Amino acid sequence: MIIELLLSVLVLLGGFFCFVAGLGILRLPDVLIRMHASTKAGTLGSGLLLIAVAIYFGDLATTTRAVLTIVFLLLTAPVAAHMIGRAAFRSRVPLWRTKIEDGAEENLKR
Amino acid sequence: MSILEISIEIAFILVMLGVVFAFIRLVKGPSLPDRVVALDMMTVLIVSFCGLFALRSDDQTFIDVAIVLALIGFLATVALARFVERRQATVQDEQAETSKEQDQ
Repeated sequence: MIIELLLSVLVLLGGFFCFVAGLGILRLPDVLIRMHASTKAGTLGSGLLLIAVAIYFGDLATTTRAVLTIVFLLLTAPVAAHMIGRAAFRSRVPLWRTKIEDGAEENLKR
Repeated sequence: MSILEISIEIAFILVMLGVVFAFIRLVKGPSLPDRVVALDMMTVLIVSFCGLFALRSDDQTFIDVAIVLALIGFLATVALARFVERRQATVQDEQAETSKEQDQ
């Protein structure tokens, strides 16, 4: 019973954070701010749901695979976000109320 | 219906709403990086959808699907980011060449 309650809370929280991430992707004003929603809230939501999967099945093989997926998401999300962010910055996407320092564009070879 | 089943159904609705929002951004997105970010988001959301489906159908096989999808999503994102960057470099080179020709 307690485990079922715990699983329900994890599943609901995970679903909520996935929803918030989608909403952030739709509503936030520019690419870099949208990436903030997708990388953080999205990874948190997926991680919570996969933790619920790991607890629900409870045998070694499934738990290992679920934890592996979480670790993989946590490893790849920052790398992918960094690459998209750099590509967006270099392709001069218009930014929302962001002032780029004098000379920073030259320093970063935008 | 137990509490867990009800919350799984609610989480399904929430996750699919997230996918729909990301898809709207994918269609609307003013620039290419916007679309890449939305696609990345959709992959992560579908990974969590696979986890939910494993819970609902009591079938561990869907966890494998989630792992493979996470891997493919990462590769696709990296490849698309590379593509955006390289395309920009080509555009800049062409602009530089045309401005040189105009100077001459």
